[in-house]
Amino acid sequence: MHNIGYEINQKTILKELNLEIEPGESFVIMGRSGCGKSTLLRLIIGLNRPTSGWIEIEEINTSFFSKPEWHRIRYKMGMVFQSSALFDSLNVYENVAFGLRSKKLPESEIKAQVFKSLSIVGLDADVAGKMPAELSGGMKKRTAIARAIAFEPPILLYDEPTTGLDPIVADTINDLIRNLQQKLGITSIIVTHDIMSALKVADRIGLLHDGKLVEITSRAQLKNVQHPLLTEFMKDYQSLI
Amino acid sequence: MYSTIQKFDLAAKLGKFVLSALSTFGEFSTLYFRSLKSLLTRTIFWKNTITQMEIIGVKSLPIALTIAAFTGAVFSLQIAKIFATFGLTTQLGQGLALAFARELGPILTSVIVAGRIGSSIAAEIGSMKVTEQVDALETLSTDPIDYLVAPRIVAGGLMLPVLVVFADLVGIVSGLGVAAVYAHIPPKNFIDGMLMAVNLWDFLGGIIKSFFFGLVIAGVGTYKGLHTENGAVGVGKSTTQSVVVATIIIFILNYFLSMILYKL
Repeated sequence: MHNIGYEINQKTILKELNLEIEPGESFVIMGRSGCGKSTLLRLIIGLNRPTSGWIEIEEINTSFFSKPEWHRIRYKMGMVFQSSALFDSLNVYENVAFGLRSKKLPESEIKAQVFKSLSIVGLDADVAGKMPAELSGGMKKRTAIARAIAFEPPILLYDEPTTGLDPIVADTINDLIRNLQQKLGITSIIVTHDIMSALKVADRIGLLHDGKLVEITSRAQLKNVQHPLLTEFMKDYQSLI
Repeated sequence: MYSTIQKFDLAAKLGKFVLSALSTFGEFSTLYFRSLKSLLTRTIFWKNTITQMEIIGVKSLPIALTIAAFTGAVFSLQIAKIFATFGLTTQLGQGLALAFARELGPILTSVIVAGRIGSSIAAEIGSMKVTEQVDALETLSTDPIDYLVAPRIVAGGLMLPVLVVFADLVGIVSGLGVAAVYAHIPPKNFIDGMLMAVNLWDFLGGIIKSFFFGLVIAGVGTYKGLHTENGAVGVGKSTTQSVVVATIIIFILNYFLSMILYKL
């Protein structure tokens, strides 16, 4: 990301934001509610366009991408939404298969890939026929992750993946994110204000404040960080750092 | 008298309103253009289209026919005896068939479908918008226009005319029935009058109008759905607006289409 800025209704959300994320890395973006964390993810995946600066994905500048070009590059990225965003009218199987169908793969290949994805996220095959309304919060989140990894993208974006989950389920989701990153080599960009989650999944942590990335630190260097907002975030978790 | 500042304020408000109206019109036209482009150049989601045809057409049939039947019946009830008193037994068929073919069939059916389907389209897509499902479609490389909008617009355009054909038929037959039972007007006189005054174009004109009304209902519903904001409150607002806006557009459009199609 190079000098990214984003304004909406004459309000500055992000400004002069520079960031490089290495392949296979797990990068956590933290910050207060409403500071633009989710907006940053939306810019990366092209749901919104930056008002200044540009974003490169695998060294391809996405600034002037047309809609079809965005559709093509999105096969390299998956996104897990805060609300899971499963399609209400489709069952788990069809939700996970959705992205694969847009790739026009044969049905046998789609079926194999759906059950493989469900297995990776720890869901039994018998969940496939259930509707989203029948699932618990944790199962919805797993299904959303299965849908995002179904076409094996090298990059995954997570928007508040543990919000609304109890600590035990949240912990299993954190483990899942870490496993996907370590075992499948997926580059993970995670937006969260859940410190436990950040400490568990991050290789590096970036602090977003007033529209800028004011601090970027590795997980190992976290205890040496002096930024008052980050220390405020971490004050109750010193023993875990 | 207005002061200079008040005049500027009024002009600014008027300008803002005109800009907003033009912008909405532009976005609305773009939606149709993108849907047409989607249908001509990209994947057509047939399963969605057929599902929507069933929802808009088959499932709206009972209510559309009920309304048409009772409108035809009350039309006869109100004027049959008066016509019979003056011996105008053929004119009732003429009046009822002409009214149904040209105006009552298309307008009544469209208003019913706007209430039943326009609102449900706006609510469904609006809910998808506020729960990020529309964004999820984009991230899965599927254009919401292809998946959500185009199937509904096609289904609206195709199914409204079918509903109108049935509504015309049922409305006229029920009017004939009431005329025969209540005012003792012989069905033959009713039918003779109808055949004398009404031609095929009267029916076709109504069917053509309903095609455009179908596009309006689906277009407004999807537009309002895709522009939903602010959670459940926003969904409610979009739902109401979709019905109101579609109904107003239908009545205005009906005036101009009637003028063009029937050379009035």
